[in-house]
Amino acid sequence: MAEVLVYVDHADGAVRKPTLELLTLARRIGDPVAVALGAGAGDTAATLAEHGAVRVLTHEAAEYADYLVVPKVDALRAAHDIVSPAAVLVPSSAEGKEIAARLALRIGSGVITDAIDLEAGDQGPVATQSVFAAAYTTKSRVSKGTPVITVKPNSAAVEPAPAAGAVEALDVTFSEQATGTKVTARTPRESTGRPELTEAAIVVSGGRGVNGAENFAVIEALADSLGAAVGASRAAVDAGWYPHTNQVGQTGKSVSPQLYVAAGISGAIQHRAGMQTSKTIVAINKDAEAPIFELVDYGVVGDLFDVVPQLTEEIVARKG
Amino acid sequence: MSLRIVVTVKYVPDATGDRHFADDLTVDRDDVDGLLSELDEYAVEQALRISENSDDDVEITVLTVGPEDAKDALRKALSMGADKAIHVEDDDLHGTDAIGTSLVLAKAVEKAGYDLVISGMASTDGTMGVVPALLAERLGVPQVTLLSEVSVEDGTVKGRRDGDAATERLEAALPAVVSVTDQSGEARYPSFKGIMAAKKKPVESWDLSDLDVDADEVGLENAWTTVDGATERPARTAGTIVKDEGEGGRQLAEFLAGQKFV
Repeated sequence: MAEVLVYVDHADGAVRKPTLELLTLARRIGDPVAVALGAGAGDTAATLAEHGAVRVLTHEAAEYADYLVVPKVDALRAAHDIVSPAAVLVPSSAEGKEIAARLALRIGSGVITDAIDLEAGDQGPVATQSVFAAAYTTKSRVSKGTPVITVKPNSAAVEPAPAAGAVEALDVTFSEQATGTKVTARTPRESTGRPELTEAAIVVSGGRGVNGAENFAVIEALADSLGAAVGASRAAVDAGWYPHTNQVGQTGKSVSPQLYVAAGISGAIQHRAGMQTSKTIVAINKDAEAPIFELVDYGVVGDLFDVVPQLTEEIVARKG
Repeated sequence: MSLRIVVTVKYVPDATGDRHFADDLTVDRDDVDGLLSELDEYAVEQALRISENSDDDVEITVLTVGPEDAKDALRKALSMGADKAIHVEDDDLHGTDAIGTSLVLAKAVEKAGYDLVISGMASTDGTMGVVPALLAERLGVPQVTLLSEVSVEDGTVKGRRDGDAATERLEAALPAVVSVTDQSGEARYPSFKGIMAAKKKPVESWDLSDLDVDADEVGLENAWTTVDGATERPARTAGTIVKDEGEGGRQLAEFLAGQKFV
């Protein structure tokens, strides 16, 4: 069977969930060969093997942390050249998309970003994408070179499938461009203890109706009762009530959870672009005319400061 | 010293309109009004701020690749304060993908002459966010992308990149390609004076032959990716909407429990 390169997103050896989803999808089109780079790369092997990686190519070097993007492109290029894969899959983060695009250009291939599904086709892998604020679903494929495809988080349920996971050291020679952009400082984001927004199965978001940074505690309490991530609309972010990293929408994160709860969000097109593919959508808003209600499976017209705390209390009570 | 900034911008269908595909599965531009991509306004704004904070002579050129109407996007950028504009227009460009677009942009940027290229983080139609990285790869210069803060001093560009896991401080020597996010700073509105002045600013038109790009390197036929089908998302079936009369939260909890979320 053809081999498929899978770029591994990990934090000091802890593999992030979107990579496990990629391994699941990769098995539909071939045998996954994982590429893990940087500090802790070797520690990823056991997890990757459990999820179907037949080989794990690793390379540790300071360059991956000290310089932006290009060293990772160099490494993936090296892996591509020794494996000659049927496709290259990369998680669809901002950095993942940049890595994928530069690799594609270097190997003379087309690139597809933000796939939400992937299947084998007669002419190579077929990617499903959701475009124009989720108004359309498209099927695309790479028509030149080795398909390079980035896949959004939550595009597949993770299915373990033990494989050999033989660890091999990858030989990487860094290009002249590799050291072009220096990372002079890095401040890790403080952990909130909540799931990562793009990866979460449930997202609870607050908008203009939350009316103040301190009031986001109401949103956070509901999120915690559901084990959810917290999102915010652009209006709430621009007002300084919640960090930009939590922004859901066209210029923020695009999320596709099992359940999306919008509280005090009117549902402007820019917000809808970021959440419309959520499986189940519920909304709480005072304004019965808010466009968000066009999308909902269940909507409550009412004051979020009455409805949300009651909902949280009820959920906590039911969970006992 | 002088600093030449090229700002790459895109003319896109208005996201608040009803966007469709044409029969060839490219974006139907006739159906919806076009405008300067909102995210590119932030790139123009940062170019203007770099110019205002610089002791050097700064020349800001705004560059777009697109159909005739794309001149509107250039005019908007000129009215904000850019100095001149370049419009790359050629019938053979219809349907060009991101990789092809990066080729045309790279050739145009080189022909224009540059120390710094500034782009928006992504277009609001394709939303791939890969063109700045592709452009840097093609030009062989550093990419300093997705910046929420940017400054230029003594031939060095510095910036802040807010990633999912960490905030990074970045630094690169010019020439370089920068992209900026919507957190970089509110874009200014063109003044009446700016709008009047823009009418007199030069807009150069180039076609593929001016850039030594062959027609078979661009266009829909030569795209490196193929869209095989597009289906409109079925309208959502109307959901249940209740008015809160004191039990709204409990009713919603009941619904969520029924869906096995609780």
